[in-house]
Amino acid sequence: MSSNQEGTAVHVHRDDLGAKIGMWLFLFTEVLLFGGMFLVYAFYRIQHADHFRVAAMELDTGIGTLNTIILLTSSLTVALAIAAIQKGNRFFSVLMINLTLIFAVMFMVNKYFEWSAKISHGIYPGSNVMLELPNGQILFFGLYYVMTGLHALHVVIGVVILGVMLIQLMKKKITQDNHVKLENAGLYWHLVDLIWIFLFPLFYLIQ
Amino acid sequence: MANGKDTVAENFYNQSTNKHTGILSWLLTVDHKRIGLMYLYAILTFFVVGVIIGLLMRLELIAPGRQLMDAQTYNALFTLHGVIMIFLFIIPGLPAIFGNFFLPIQLGARDVAFPRLNLLSFYVYLAGAFLALLSLFLPGGPIDTGWTFYIPYSVRSTTNVSLAIFAAFVLGFSSILTGINFVTTVHRLRAPGMTFFKMPLFIWATYATAWIQIIATPVIGITILLVMVERAFGVGIFDPALGGDPILFQHMFWIYSHPAVYIMILPAMGVVSEIIPTFVRRTIFGYKAIAISSLAIAFVGYLVWAHHMFTSGMSDTARWIFSLLTFIVALPSGVKVFNWVATMYKGSIDPKPPFLWVMNFIFLFSIGGLTGLVLGSLATDIHLHDTYFVVAHFHYVMFGGTGTIFFAALHYWFPKMFGKMYNDRLARIAVVLFFVGFNLLYFPKFILGYMGMPRRYYDYLPQFEPLQFVSTVGSWILAGTIFFIIGYLIHALLKGKKATSNPWGGVTLEWHIPSPPPLENFKEIPTVTHEPYDFSQLKEMKDE
Ligand code: HEM
Ligand SMILES: [Cu+2]
Repeated sequence: MSSNQEGTAVHVHRDDLGAKIGMWLFLFTEVLLFGGMFLVYAFYRIQHADHFRVAAMELDTGIGTLNTIILLTSSLTVALAIAAIQKGNRFFSVLMINLTLIFAVMFMVNKYFEWSAKISHGIYPGSNVMLELPNGQILFFGLYYVMTGLHALHVVIGVVILGVMLIQLMKKKITQDNHVKLENAGLYWHLVDLIWIFLFPLFYLIQ
Repeated sequence: MANGKDTVAENFYNQSTNKHTGILSWLLTVDHKRIGLMYLYAILTFFVVGVIIGLLMRLELIAPGRQLMDAQTYNALFTLHGVIMIFLFIIPGLPAIFGNFFLPIQLGARDVAFPRLNLLSFYVYLAGAFLALLSLFLPGGPIDTGWTFYIPYSVRSTTNVSLAIFAAFVLGFSSILTGINFVTTVHRLRAPGMTFFKMPLFIWATYATAWIQIIATPVIGITILLVMVERAFGVGIFDPALGGDPILFQHMFWIYSHPAVYIMILPAMGVVSEIIPTFVRRTIFGYKAIAISSLAIAFVGYLVWAHHMFTSGMSDTARWIFSLLTFIVALPSGVKVFNWVATMYKGSIDPKPPFLWVMNFIFLFSIGGLTGLVLGSLATDIHLHDTYFVVAHFHYVMFGGTGTIFFAALHYWFPKMFGKMYNDRLARIAVVLFFVGFNLLYFPKFILGYMGMPRRYYDYLPQFEPLQFVSTVGSWILAGTIFFIIGYLIHALLKGKKATSNPWGGVTLEWHIPSPPPLENFKEIPTVTHEPYDFSQLKEMKDE
């Protein structure tokens, strides 16, 4: 997102505010991408409110809550990483990014166990168990897989981005007075977090 | 492509942005002008492919019964033609080529805000095109759903639907990246003195377009992903057997694809607002009205999508509301047409080829727009939906509108981009031939549709034969003209006279710098003091 930092061979021009505008616009498109999904969710929830409620009981609120806490904390650590580099504390910044990555992996591991538990109970698209459920429940689980799956994909992308940031931090390409890349990566991570904050009640809490 | 021996002037053709020379200096360039030209070559190539497919379809339709191909091949061809023309030609066409080349220059900037992202968008575009191509040759065969990928057929079809629509997803991504780049550029890189209301109207239009690219494209992105998921796992979101709703797909598809028609037309309107003042030597009439109407179109354009679905089964209330809103979009479009015509009033009109192309545009686009109202009103749409009337209508708007302006822009900016002049006589002949071919090809389709000829059929009843024949003859004239244009432009490139820095007497910033422009456009970033179409500058410019 911050290609302006090196610019062309001839002119070097850096525009941190521009880079941030670009990032915000990109986040906006992500919100709209998920917005489409939320729209679909709302549409079917209105049609099948009761079945959605029943199906939601199948989900494990415990794991969901745990994952929410994990993601929220990781948002904190990434924010701390940015604050640290702004104060010139590279060591702490690196540490915080590492922590963020660990939280992300924990989130994914939980997700893995959660999904495999569902699948071992035969709840996955096209399974015989699923086909016997009423339509509203089929849709609920379908949306559950699609939306949390898409979110998980974003977590993975976030991990890759933060990984790159980590390397750049260690190579001193991100510095006290040139850290807009890290800030943008942080923004992306907050978005991933934010989307989860909406997914969590929609699937785990409204029962 | 150096500019002759007699010049020492540096231009972007002989200045590389990286350490390479030759082909790599192009493929790895971050210069917005070179990227614009690479888009031009790529997009023009796909356009020619699309035209050839169009010709093949028209040949099949020259007489009833099977001529060249079976029904399945025809299905694949119209899908391919639609996908190429929409996703590879008309959506990226004006913004990616002329927006890239001229947006920074007209703003008084050295490049776009994110030059490397710009190059990335180009490669993402190529990747999308490559995937679309790949889907033709893999087992399963070319996609046959039509470019609208309607559910349920797009889930049932055994052709390579997933790969082909994923290609559309990737192309959408490229479009989003370009949009982000342009919006940021307009906000951050305007030259000193270039306030929003001093920006040339092409920039206003590109800016509004960029916003639509950002806001609408993600919705088609998620829709496409859902179709792919549906094909792979049968989740049921669009499958009535599992409680899903196929109509929901249509809503989501058109929430993007209707605004997409403004992605296609707005930049074209911007080009028109550049060309008309230059050739009538008069400031544009109603500058603010035109600028704001771009935004108004972008906004109202969001609220009309369901006019594509009047026959799909919706409540009557929804239908009349969408019909009403559709009529309302015609207002800002009308504002523009009246302002253009008013600009010409009492101007000293100099009908050079770019101006003649614009005349072509106003005529063809008006037919397209007015027949759009016929389709936008409920009673008539019931009769005309999914007939050739629709085919004629969208070719008039997209091809007669944006396609024509693609050629107008090419003729207007050719001297600036390549530093060469083309033959004026040949260009005038081309305008006339284009007009004749176009109307022969598409006007009969209005009548055919009215008579009941459905779209997407490779065969038809005998009573349609005379008009279908005329239409096919028109396709030869039109396609011939297109090859003729490409021919004389290439000739001009090789043998044309050198262009001066301001061959038409324009006053926006691109006419203040040499043709072709030097690498970073301006030696010194200019300070803007004039209104964008203030022709009193022409005198000072002569002395510059
Ligand atoms: C010489 C040029 C062209 C010819 C001969 C041509 C001809 C045709 C024909 C015969 C069809 C199929 C009609 C049917 O059976 O329903 C068609 C469909 C279509 N054309 Fe063109 N066309 C040309 C240029 C263009 C351009 C420039 C665009 C866009 C800017 C365009 C966009 C489309 C679209 C979107 C469809 C609908 C495809 C579908 O039904 O899925 N065409 N064209
Ligand atoms: Cu529409």
